[in-house]
Amino acid sequence: MIKQFFVILILSIVGYFLVDAFFKVPFGEKRNNVGNYYIEKSPVDLKVSNAVTAIVVNYRGFDTLGEVTVLFLAATGLGSIMYRRKQKGEKEARAKNPSSRIIQIGSQILFPMIILLGGYVFIHGHLSPGGGFQGGAIIATASLLMLISYRKFKINHNTITWIESIAGVVFASLGFVGLVLGRTFLENFLPSGELNDLLSGGIIGIIYIAVGFKVASELTGVIDTVLLNNRPEAQKEN
Amino acid sequence: MNEFLTISFYGTAIVLMLIGLYAALAKKNLLKIVIGLSIIDSGLHLLFVAIGFISNGTAPIFSPEVLESAQQMVDPVPQALVLTAIVIGFATTAVALALVIRLYKHHNTAAIDEIKNLKW
Amino acid sequence: MIWLVIPVIVLVIMTIGAAVYAVVSKNLLYAVVSTGVVSLGLSLMFFILQAPDVALTEAAIGVALTTIIFIITIRNTTIKECCDENKSKIGIKKGETK
Repeated sequence: MIKQFFVILILSIVGYFLVDAFFKVPFGEKRNNVGNYYIEKSPVDLKVSNAVTAIVVNYRGFDTLGEVTVLFLAATGLGSIMYRRKQKGEKEARAKNPSSRIIQIGSQILFPMIILLGGYVFIHGHLSPGGGFQGGAIIATASLLMLISYRKFKINHNTITWIESIAGVVFASLGFVGLVLGRTFLENFLPSGELNDLLSGGIIGIIYIAVGFKVASELTGVIDTVLLNNRPEAQKEN
Repeated sequence: MNEFLTISFYGTAIVLMLIGLYAALAKKNLLKIVIGLSIIDSGLHLLFVAIGFISNGTAPIFSPEVLESAQQMVDPVPQALVLTAIVIGFATTAVALALVIRLYKHHNTAAIDEIKNLKW
Repeated sequence: MIWLVIPVIVLVIMTIGAAVYAVVSKNLLYAVVSTGVVSLGLSLMFFILQAPDVALTEAAIGVALTTIIFIITIRNTTIKECCDENKSKIGIKKGETK
């Protein structure tokens, strides 16, 4: 009873301050100065069509490197939490019955299309909505589809680790090349090209492709770890 | 029109945050607590994007024909922040769920008031 | 702009209703699917707010990946939430969560 009282008290206090603070923020009026600067500079200096991509990869590229590192740490921590040694004669925790033929053939047809869509999204990240994070998530969804519809489908963890490491090394080494050729870490040292061209924006396209591969392999590894490294408790009792 | 959009978007974001906070405070099931935290995350993302909106604005994507219409574009900075926050939110949710699975395997229950000892 | 009124009202009702149902539902599977519906509504709201990048991310991660990882967790734990009234666990037999 007293717990309910405290919960309602906390909710009303937090709600009051949220409403009080945020309904004073003007809705739909003006951009702030940082946004104005980025919107003016990104099509002129960088020749990048998508201003969000320009911010994520170029102006705030160091933050993106940190974010990718956080993602890597989360995947590693997940693996170390879920790890358990295999006992003798233990099978993997897959479903007992195979899924139906319709699901299998449908996912076989859909799998290359989803991979293609993901690749398109992260290669054209600086021209259209999308980018490395979205494309990586779409590719992870494709491998998830195969994992839940085929019992035999396996993901090779060595391959995933190599793809992830190479993508991370490409990202960091591009930063160091910028440090050598220019003045700052992750400086855009390649020529900018033309607006709305595939080869525009200097290193932005390369970095987003690397981020796409890294995110795709990490999310696939996360799902594979959670799906296969533990089995329902009922099987142990039998 | 503007007041309607203000109330609906800010209101939805704040209500979502309060619902998630209620679930995280009052619920006993571990999975419900994680769901509550995920709903708080969603409300926060909506609040951020709504702050960057401009009336009659367009998406911050240029093409050579509409270079002059840069005054009409919505603010790209909150969108870039939210873009990274969503991915991080998924990673933290996955780690939390892995902890839930391990706690369940150890204690054989998912109710938080039946898990009394601190070490596992 | 005036055509936005009806879609926004529908989206607000859908999102808040799904969030409330996700919190109050006793069956955890329904709660998880309702969380996916919250993400779907938010993704459409981001599209109305002229943020297509964020809408794509939320649709790929919030709707698909988060939901599936919650469902995998339910498969490894119980599907029923423990009731407050009777202290004993009423979860159905473990592993029987198909």
